[in-house]
Amino acid sequence: MLSFIWLALVISSIAFGLYDGHITDVVNSVADSAKLSVQVAIGLTGIMAFWLGLMKIAEAGGLVNVLARLLRPVLVRLFPEVPADHPAMGAIVMNIAANMLGLGNAATPFGVRAMEQMQSLNQFPSAASNAMCTFLAINTSSVQLVPVTAIAFLAAAGATQPTAIIATSLFATTCSTIAGISAVKVLQRWSIFRIRGER
Amino acid sequence: MIAIGSSAQLLSNSILLAMVAGIPLYGVIRKVNIFENFVLGAKDGLLLMLRIFPYLLAMIVAIGMFRASGAIDVMAQYIGPWLNKLGLPTPVLPLALLRPFSGSATNGMLAELAHTYGGNSYIAHLAGTIMGSTETTFYVVAVYFGAVSIRRTRHAIPAGLFADLVGVVAAVWICGRVFLHN
Repeated sequence: MLSFIWLALVISSIAFGLYDGHITDVVNSVADSAKLSVQVAIGLTGIMAFWLGLMKIAEAGGLVNVLARLLRPVLVRLFPEVPADHPAMGAIVMNIAANMLGLGNAATPFGVRAMEQMQSLNQFPSAASNAMCTFLAINTSSVQLVPVTAIAFLAAAGATQPTAIIATSLFATTCSTIAGISAVKVLQRWSIFRIRGER
Repeated sequence: MIAIGSSAQLLSNSILLAMVAGIPLYGVIRKVNIFENFVLGAKDGLLLMLRIFPYLLAMIVAIGMFRASGAIDVMAQYIGPWLNKLGLPTPVLPLALLRPFSGSATNGMLAELAHTYGGNSYIAHLAGTIMGSTETTFYVVAVYFGAVSIRRTRHAIPAGLFADLVGVVAAVWICGRVFLHN
């Protein structure tokens, strides 16, 4: 899937670039984007290392497991493949909690930790497990309760009631999260998405 | 009303600080060697970025080329009129199309839409709602699957894009009811 999307993006960029005369921009964007990816990675490294450091303390103290135990009834339904007392559950909880609070910088390292824990349960290490896909669906559908950044942009443009979008976002994000979870649960049974092992 | 916007910001800042101070404090109470554990975790973070970087690079370059090609504008031009009838104004379409690919680009678009059409406009409210209810699917996929070197992503991307689509449709529906017909 990633190979296909990647190639499709590259080929269609060149096709569209030639079609509407933006081909010079496309050429320049290769070097610019490569440079940008380093900037993104460097920006991410410090914050990632910092939060993973805190996460390690929380893990060593048992805090992560306490949180996981509290949310166990919901989690075992969403992630039937992960044993209820597995450390992956703790990391999943921390990630979803941080996402709901809009702490994107904290959510990513917790999410990465959850992926590593789920990978330890994965029988086919190069293919995503059902639990990983469910986790990704929750993360890609946005579970943020208050869209702080969007509110700030509206306020900056002179909105008299920028917080009016809290209610509408909450409605739309609930729909998208339910849709994402339903989609993974249905799609994981389709034969084209079946796990094929690689040695 | 701006005060509530900034108090939402204040709340998330307080939670963040409570975590930064609270977790080490909790560690001390539980008799954990907090500094040593912190350093160990941070070291993992550094090694992790080396694993994630190639995935990030591949994605960001492909997405950068796609944006530069103007493909989004061409697509918006062709499907715009139809979506307009369904309640999605044409100016918001590029934001909706680009949302799964780039957070910073779509944040910029939201700022630009809010500036051009005014903070109180239907377009700004709809665009803000879309931003608040969707995610940069491809970035999330690249980082999370990159972290554990997954190459076969199976149904994760179709499910993520479907969630984004439903988020946009739900945003159009609810905003049409709340902000358009008072």
